[in-house]
Amino acid sequence: MPRLRLLFLLALFPVMVAGAQLGLRAAGMEYCLTQLTMSVYYALVVMGLCLLMGYAGQVSLGHGAFFALGGYTTAVLTTHDFSGIRACAGVGVLERAGLLVAQQDLYGQAGLSVAPWAAFAAAMLLTFVVALLIGYPALRLRGHYLAMATLGFTLIVSKLLLGSALTGSADGIHGVPEWKLLPGLTVSGRSALRVQNYYLACGLALLLLLGLRNLLRSRVGRALLAIHDRETAANAMGINTAAYKLKVFVLSALLAALAGVFFTHYTGGIAPSEAGALKSVRYVALAAAGGMANLWGVTVMSIALNYCSLRGWFGSYDNAVFGALLILIISLAPEGPLKPLGLWLRRLAGRPDPERRTPHGAP
Amino acid sequence: MQNESLALQYLLSGITKGSIYAVVAIGFNLIYSATGIINFAQGEFLMLGGMVAVTLAAYVPLPVAVTGAVALVALVGGLLELAFFRRLRRHSILHLVIITMGLSIVIQETALHIWDEKVRSLPYFTGNEVSSVRFLGAAISPQVLWVLGTVALAVLGLHFFLRYTLTGRAMRACSSNPEAAMLAGINIPNMRTLAFGLSAALGALAGCVVSPMTMTHYEMGAPLAIKGFAAAILGGLGNPMAAVAGGLLVGLLEAASVSCLPAVYNDVSAFVILLLVIFVRPQGLWGALAPDRVREH
Repeated sequence: MPRLRLLFLLALFPVMVAGAQLGLRAAGMEYCLTQLTMSVYYALVVMGLCLLMGYAGQVSLGHGAFFALGGYTTAVLTTHDFSGIRACAGVGVLERAGLLVAQQDLYGQAGLSVAPWAAFAAAMLLTFVVALLIGYPALRLRGHYLAMATLGFTLIVSKLLLGSALTGSADGIHGVPEWKLLPGLTVSGRSALRVQNYYLACGLALLLLLGLRNLLRSRVGRALLAIHDRETAANAMGINTAAYKLKVFVLSALLAALAGVFFTHYTGGIAPSEAGALKSVRYVALAAAGGMANLWGVTVMSIALNYCSLRGWFGSYDNAVFGALLILIISLAPEGPLKPLGLWLRRLAGRPDPERRTPHGAP
Repeated sequence: MQNESLALQYLLSGITKGSIYAVVAIGFNLIYSATGIINFAQGEFLMLGGMVAVTLAAYVPLPVAVTGAVALVALVGGLLELAFFRRLRRHSILHLVIITMGLSIVIQETALHIWDEKVRSLPYFTGNEVSSVRFLGAAISPQVLWVLGTVALAVLGLHFFLRYTLTGRAMRACSSNPEAAMLAGINIPNMRTLAFGLSAALGALAGCVVSPMTMTHYEMGAPLAIKGFAAAILGGLGNPMAAVAGGLLVGLLEAASVSCLPAVYNDVSAFVILLLVIFVRPQGLWGALAPDRVREH
């Protein structure tokens, strides 16, 4: 049964993805794919958060900041001109290894910047270290210290980004080069590559979804579920709760940074608003809207809602919509609005609820 | 002499800021000990207090405006509890904490749409922007005295309320042992509403007295909340008087960091303190480590 369901979802996801693309093409609205691609990248952040909130029972208000950390690291490294240090020993070696590449800036000036792959690695490494530094003290404790610690982190990151000239202050960074992922596969915002990038983003999302799903069905996932249900009991069973929570936090931060890197190469720039506290709360809202411990639901909801937001459907009430959504969904349907819908469909199909396993008429 | 008065000036500014953080920290504590919730909307109470008072001050004399703002925001705090937290008994603490995050955004956005993104402020309670009082060689604004006096009075009042009145004692009983308090006939849900209302009122009062100096802006809540929370953790969650000490400490450390580091880092220092404290002494400086008192999250 679970295998059947997986196959179903595996088939459904590409069909939905391709259907959206073909439908938009038929309607002559292919430009909408750009926002759809961006929403898919945002959904990667929410997937990580889903893991943290739904399975480890912790809230992070720092995922916007991790997204920005990834994005800014890669943006700074790939646009900053390092030719000033060409004389230094070792730079030649890096250049020959392909880590540094010659590049032309906006005005046609030749410069020396870090190659996107190397910048990506640097972004992930930096995020790893930062997440470890924040998570280690905050997650040794019970309660919601992580939420406040990460909120503080967010405020600081957005202040530093706004205040420092290296990150372009309030303007952010633009002119980030495209990222040649593989021969014939480029992360870029050029309209000729729009369809390719859409499928690239969706493929990445599917890959990560499957990876996370497998992780949750392994020993690690069962340990996380136990922690979420009863931390004391999990501890008594010999699960190192602090270590597991820390691992999940770092993993979800890395996912956010990964999304940030791809997003920055795709849109060609990043602005400090990505690191704002409201952005982080929005990710939490999206994870809650999808039902927290429900990877597929979270992904679908976050793509849909982010798309509406990016198309400007909510107007000046954008943030208010997400705040209200958060309150409404958590108070009315804490397991997400998709779950009751799924149960209802199941009942329509004459299938028994998996949740209600206590047989009333059993002998 | 020059250096001494400069140091004194920084000390005073640290105490002023610290007293505001102390009020926010007390607000956190009141709600935390009554419900186990960390209320992310705590900073919004200060913003609302300031905004309402500024609006009222256009029509009525200042003392009436401030009183009205405090009463109105207390009402808002109590209503929030009635509307959300009282109904959601079966939700986990995690869910309730997330709801406070949502409330924080909605309150902020509502404020943005009711008022606008302009910075507002109440008039100085006595004197004006340039009047100052000489104090041991340092110049302080009379408003600083208002802030310190009001905060001190509020803290003392709260202390007496919690210690010597029946309602206050009932509130403390709720936080130390809800089951026993219930058996003794205390209406716990009402105590929780009261905790929210009281916490909101304190926040609004603080929001009013700092408004002439720091201005009121719809986005001012979150930074205050994070520092107030740092103060509450530093003092030890669940202990309102330790929160005062924690608040003053955070304020002084911030003033010290302003005096020797670029301004960008003054938020960074509060945050580093928060992490260091959690790292070294998770129960806070004056808190007792009592894991059983923490509800299962």
